Amino acid sequence: MEIVYALAIGVLTGSGVWLLLRPRTFQVIMGLSLLSYAVNLFIFGMGRLAVGGAPIIDAIKQADPSLYDDPVPQALVLTAIVIGFATTALFLVVLLASRGLTGNDHVDGDRDSDEAES
Amino acid sequence: MSSWLQHLPVFPVVIPLVAGAAMLLFAEARRTTRTVIALIATLANLAAAVALAYAASGAMPEMWPEGIAVYLLGGWKAPFGIVLVLDRLSAVMLMLNAVLALTSLVYALARWKKMGPHFQSLFQFLIMGVNGAFLTGDLFNLFVFVEVLLAASYGLVLHGLGERRVKAGLHYIAINLAGSFVFLIGVSLIYGATGTLNMADLAARVPALAQGDRVLFETGAAILGVAFLLKAGAWPLNFWLPAAYGAAAPPVAAVFSIMTKVGIYALLRLGSLLSASSVSGAPAPFNDGWLFGIGLATLALGTAGMLTAQQSQRLVAYCVVASAGTLLMALGLGGAGMKGAALFYLVSSVLATGAFFMLSEMIERTQQFGEDIAAEPFESFVPEDLPDLTLPDEVVGIAIPAAMAFLGMSFIACALLVTGLPPLSGFVAKFLILSAALTTGPLETLPGSVWVLWAAVLGSSLAGIIALCRMGVRLFWSSDDIVTPRLRVIEAAPVAVLLLLTVGLAVGAGPATDYLGLAGISLSSPHIYIDAVLASNPLQVSSHEIEGIGQ
Repeated sequence: MEIVYALAIGVLTGSGVWLLLRPRTFQVIMGLSLLSYAVNLFIFGMGRLAVGGAPIIDAIKQADPSLYDDPVPQALVLTAIVIGFATTALFLVVLLASRGLTGNDHVDGDRDSDEAES
Repeated sequence: MSSWLQHLPVFPVVIPLVAGAAMLLFAEARRTTRTVIALIATLANLAAAVALAYAASGAMPEMWPEGIAVYLLGGWKAPFGIVLVLDRLSAVMLMLNAVLALTSLVYALARWKKMGPHFQSLFQFLIMGVNGAFLTGDLFNLFVFVEVLLAASYGLVLHGLGERRVKAGLHYIAINLAGSFVFLIGVSLIYGATGTLNMADLAARVPALAQGDRVLFETGAAILGVAFLLKAGAWPLNFWLPAAYGAAAPPVAAVFSIMTKVGIYALLRLGSLLSASSVSGAPAPFNDGWLFGIGLATLALGTAGMLTAQQSQRLVAYCVVASAGTLLMALGLGGAGMKGAALFYLVSSVLATGAFFMLSEMIERTQQFGEDIAAEPFESFVPEDLPDLTLPDEVVGIAIPAAMAFLGMSFIACALLVTGLPPLSGFVAKFLILSAALTTGPLETLPGSVWVLWAAVLGSSLAGIIALCRMGVRLFWSSDDIVTPRLRVIEAAPVAVLLLLTVGLAVGAGPATDYLGLAGISLSSPHIYIDAVLASNPLQVSSHEIEGIGQ
């Protein structure tokens, strides 16, 4: 499970970084979204991967920490999702404003530099 | 009385939060109500910051021994619950932020027409985020507060819109979003390796880490350090800074000048805590050698930028970069007394760049007629006793209107502060840094880095003088169609207040360096901080309250 999980994070991060470096604003926002998924999974993974462990201590089972999931990364990832979502939504608005003001979707608002590059 | 005072550390977070949220309840048209709320909140924030600075000097030993106030937000003991911690360093930063916030707000009021919707609320949330970042005692809340201040700053940097602002804002938001993800990776790696997010607890746990965990922890710290350096505007992650700061509305840019210092504060705080906890010193980016090199490169970039900047606000943005570089170099060199000197430089440079941002916008107005200036029917900042220019017997010299005199004098004062020439506090600050560098060892065996610091700081000051002289000549002397701008008192007063504060800082350099020196010393002995946080007990006040309810 660890290998699959790590590969998933790696692929998401790799794609995210590659897209982040692309010249179109839409690619940048897709890259940021992929990166945020990767980061959220990574935070989750930092609480150790376990199947079927509850994050709340059960009265019937004994209070052995190895039987339970760590609740802190789950709380952190929730906060990170909310913040990441909000800021990405804001970025989307700025992206649209930039598109409207400059008339193209290049990150520098400059179509010429993009054409020279590609 | 004392039960109120015990809640004092949370005020700098709560006041702007409540004020910012309350303003949303009033329609945009009810500007006066919003303005009054904003002013009251900012003044209350300043009062709380001053009270906290007083408390942090150890003036209330019965409540906060050693001057470290620990506030347990949920009433849980330290490593488990969320804590706010106030010590001298936090108190200084809070006060600086409060002063800058008040002056920028007053300045912003003069041109409310230019402000877009919800400027006031965003402004309060920005203050809340900065205050919270200075107060928080754990890493994840540092992230949350940094996000609060960034989210508010995203809105503020776009204020007034325009193509240039949107372009700069796009880059600013993209890089800071990516930086936030780096921050999160660092925080979660540290949590995974050590099992704690509380900074004091972290420092206490690191020495006991197993070898494998230690590698993970140091990797996490390095990643976190990269995020802090990005926020601090350190090379090579600072190319967004001049564009964003240069394009932002001036009062916004003025408060932004403390935002880069949030990164420096985080580096200082975590570096101080981690250096105590391990034998080999702090992990990579908090380590002295790294900071020194990065600071040198940042200073070089800032200086080069100052020399090439064509526009005054962009020049000031590069001054911010240069001041970040100087600070990182000074902190990287280390040595006794250096931290206190660096803090003095930090205070002086934040006040100077804050004033400079606002001033640069007023100076820009001398360059051409703006419709908004001509249209504004408000009284100008021209005193009544201005000599009548038409008198025939006054032929010698050119009469300078008071507004131009004010702008010119303020420009000179800002230039003196930024370049570190006497008599203002910029000189004292650079002098303190240079002299603290000499005390790192006996004169014959001083390391080469001390002379590198001397050369870099003095060289960048010289380049700064050249750049600012050229800018001053171009703005005030060489243009033919210079227009005497109409300044309103509430625009000129904030700049004057900030500059007078730097005069006060120079005159009262003794007490100021004592306070900041003690803050620096407390950073070098973080055990007091760690013990204070971990030994703190849930509110003693609750027993009083229960008694009160019982009666």
